[in-house]
Amino acid sequence: MFKSIYNYFSDIYTAVRSLLTGMKVTGHYVFHPKEIITQQYPENRDELKMFDRFRGEVVMLHDENNEHKCTGCSACDVACPNGTIEIISDWEINEEGKKKKIIDKFVYHLQMCTMCGLCIPACPTDAIVMSEDFEHAVFDRSKLTKVLNKPGSKIMDGIK
Amino acid sequence: MNRLILKINIYDFTPLTQAIHDALSESFSPGITTLIEMVIIGIAFITLFTILGLVMVYAERKVAALFQQRLGPMRVGFFGTAQTIADAIKLLLKEPLMTKNADKFLFNLAPFFVIIASFLAIAAVPFAKGLQALDFNIGLFYIVAVSSLGVIGILLAGWSSNNKYSLIGSMRSGAQIVSYELSVGLSLLTMVVLTGTLQLSEIIESQQDGWWIFKGHIPAFIAFIVFLVASTAELNRGPFDLAEAESELTAGFHTEYSGMKFSFFFLAEFVNLFIVAAIGATVFLGGWMPFHLGNWEGFNLIMDFVPPIFWFLAKVSFIIFIIMWFKWTFPRLRIDQLLTLEWKYLLPINLVNIVVMAFIAMQGWHF
Repeated sequence: MFKSIYNYFSDIYTAVRSLLTGMKVTGHYVFHPKEIITQQYPENRDELKMFDRFRGEVVMLHDENNEHKCTGCSACDVACPNGTIEIISDWEINEEGKKKKIIDKFVYHLQMCTMCGLCIPACPTDAIVMSEDFEHAVFDRSKLTKVLNKPGSKIMDGIK
Repeated sequence: MNRLILKINIYDFTPLTQAIHDALSESFSPGITTLIEMVIIGIAFITLFTILGLVMVYAERKVAALFQQRLGPMRVGFFGTAQTIADAIKLLLKEPLMTKNADKFLFNLAPFFVIIASFLAIAAVPFAKGLQALDFNIGLFYIVAVSSLGVIGILLAGWSSNNKYSLIGSMRSGAQIVSYELSVGLSLLTMVVLTGTLQLSEIIESQQDGWWIFKGHIPAFIAFIVFLVASTAELNRGPFDLAEAESELTAGFHTEYSGMKFSFFFLAEFVNLFIVAAIGATVFLGGWMPFHLGNWEGFNLIMDFVPPIFWFLAKVSFIIFIIMWFKWTFPRLRIDQLLTLEWKYLLPINLVNIVVMAFIAMQGWHF
């Protein structure tokens, strides 16, 4: 009897308290407009900075000597779930007279890419990364098929 | 005309309305005078409805955005101020659709029921001194009575749409209003115990030396909280928006409505929010009465300097803000939780509260 009366009032008390806690949280947001998350996108385009783990599109890193790290092993091609990456390889005779596999074209079909990022950990030499660029819209479909290795680039020394 | 402009006094509208009445009486017979006055008041209220709709929809969107750490409308006009005008134009241009087997007469009638209930209720709201269309001696009772008429429109809309979601939504709304009307009435009655009158202008006059929420001790405060909760439920607003529960019933009773008929429901919802806030402000927070502190003559004079209409609007906005705060903080209740809250908690609390208040009033402990 007294137990149930006690429960009745403690219910009211805890309910009011938890409701007030919720109102305190949302009330805090109202009076702290600096915490607003929304960004005014086209206006802030110049200073817009995406976060580190953002997955834009796949790019191949080149250093200042126009050298990349891709050995043409096709591990990224295998890892890709929807056949976005197509590697056209070539053979090169090195100074020791051995034939060595190099890439001719690293073709990246952006229109098929879901930005899942599975190719990045698959790469044994860390040749490709996801960039922070997300403005992919183009007027011509053919522009979506990109060759990632720059013309005239070659593989870095010591990468196997 | 000049004579009328001279009579405009922002602190007291009685001379102005009296002058208009006299001017009309000079040239028309009493019957036609009344008719013209009614037309003037009708036009005034239609204008008010439009402005309220535009302002409050914008306010709601901005306030909701602030509660959710968003910006809200920002593109149309300066800080999105023209957004609601764009919305209104869009609604005007939309095609009024109807379901195939809808009851055509009731389907078209329902929005008018809802909007007319709001019109009836707003007529008794005192905006400022002398700025009140109807000053009944049973004003409070009248507002409570006509504001619950809107539920007939909701029930008709749900029934005539020939849509199961609409019907479930409107039935829920009916159950909700029948339950919560009780709490609204009783919490207002708690204050009527103190005021001793139902006439809204007299209720405001009785708060000249302090608002009832301060003068009535804790019971008045409890009554205010109960009033806020119960009237939120009566407005079908979140967290009590079971009648339209988007996740379960698409849009509840107005699922099948589009264009202007939909906007009638939409407008009525916001105007009802204004009316509820106005009743709350009138009964608990002193209506258009400025904030006075005991014997501080200087302070009271400064407070008197602010026109009553602004006091009224400020108090109304305050209550609207609290109701919006409820909506954008709490999750929606289930129907059984809704009825439990009313019948097991609010109603008993209210009944005890009214007895306590009667005892306080009898002993003369209030200020």
